[in-house]
Amino acid sequence: MISLFFAYFALMSIAAGVLTVALKNPVHCGLALLALLLHVSGLFILLNAEFLWAVQVVVYAGAILVLYLFVLMLLNLKTEERYFHTSFTYFLAPALLGSFYVLAQLFHSPFGGAKGDAPAQAVLQDGNTFAVGIKMFSDYLLQFEIVGVFLLGAIIGAIVLAKTPKAIDTGRDNA
Amino acid sequence: MIPLSAYVAVSAILFMTGLLGVLIRRNFIIVLMAVEIMLNAANINLVAFSYYLESMAGQLVALFVIAIAAGEAAVGLAIIIVVFRGKISTNVDEMNLLKW
Repeated sequence: MISLFFAYFALMSIAAGVLTVALKNPVHCGLALLALLLHVSGLFILLNAEFLWAVQVVVYAGAILVLYLFVLMLLNLKTEERYFHTSFTYFLAPALLGSFYVLAQLFHSPFGGAKGDAPAQAVLQDGNTFAVGIKMFSDYLLQFEIVGVFLLGAIIGAIVLAKTPKAIDTGRDNA
Repeated sequence: MIPLSAYVAVSAILFMTGLLGVLIRRNFIIVLMAVEIMLNAANINLVAFSYYLESMAGQLVALFVIAIAAGEAAVGLAIIIVVFRGKISTNVDEMNLLKW
C-alpha cells in the first residue's frame, strides 16, 4: 500500500516537473508547478514529516505560487513562438547521459551512516511537530534567528526594488 | 518498505529536470520556477535521509530551505517587475545590461 502511494506521488511529481519545464504558456507552467508541490508534500507524509507537509502546502503552494501567478497576471506576458533556447538540443543529450550515469551510481550506493537520536517511534510518541519544535528552538536557534533576519531583508529588498521610482512619478498626476 | 535509493532517485530526476529548465527556457519567470523544482528536489533528499538515518536535522534544514525559497521568489519577482518596467522583455537572452 505504501509503495503504491510512493509510486503515485513519485511518478506524478516527476511528470509535473517535466510539464513545468516543457509547457508553453507560463500560467500552465505555474499550475504544473502547483501539482509538483502538492505531490512532493505527499512524499513528505510518507516520510513521517507532517509539519513539513503543512509548511509545504501553506508556504509553497499557498504563498510562493500565488506570488508567481500574481506577477504573471501583472506582466501580462505574450507567449513567445520560440520559448526554448535556440541551442537546447545540444544540452539535451549530455544531460540525459549524465542523469542516467548519476542514477546508476545512486542505485548502487549503500547509503549507510550513523543513526541519529530521533527514531520513528520516539518521534511518533509526541508527534512530528513537537520534535521539530524542540529541535528548532534548542539546537537550531541561531539558524532560526538568521533566517528571520534574512526574510526581513528579503521583504525590504523586494519592496525597494518593486517601488515605482520617483523620476517616473513626476510626469503623472498622482501615481 | 521503500528503499532510500528510490527517494534519492526521484530527487535526482527532479533536480535534473529543474537544471534542464534553467538551461533551456528563455522566460525568466519559468527559470525561477525551475529553480523552485531544484529546491524541492533537495528537500525530498533532506527529508528522506532524515527519516532513514533517524535524525531531525534534515527536516530542520528543509524548513530553512523553504524559507530561503520564499525570500528568493520575492526578490526575484521584484527584479522581474523592475526589468519589465524598463520595457526589456522577460527573455533572459535580452537582459544583458550588466554584460561586459
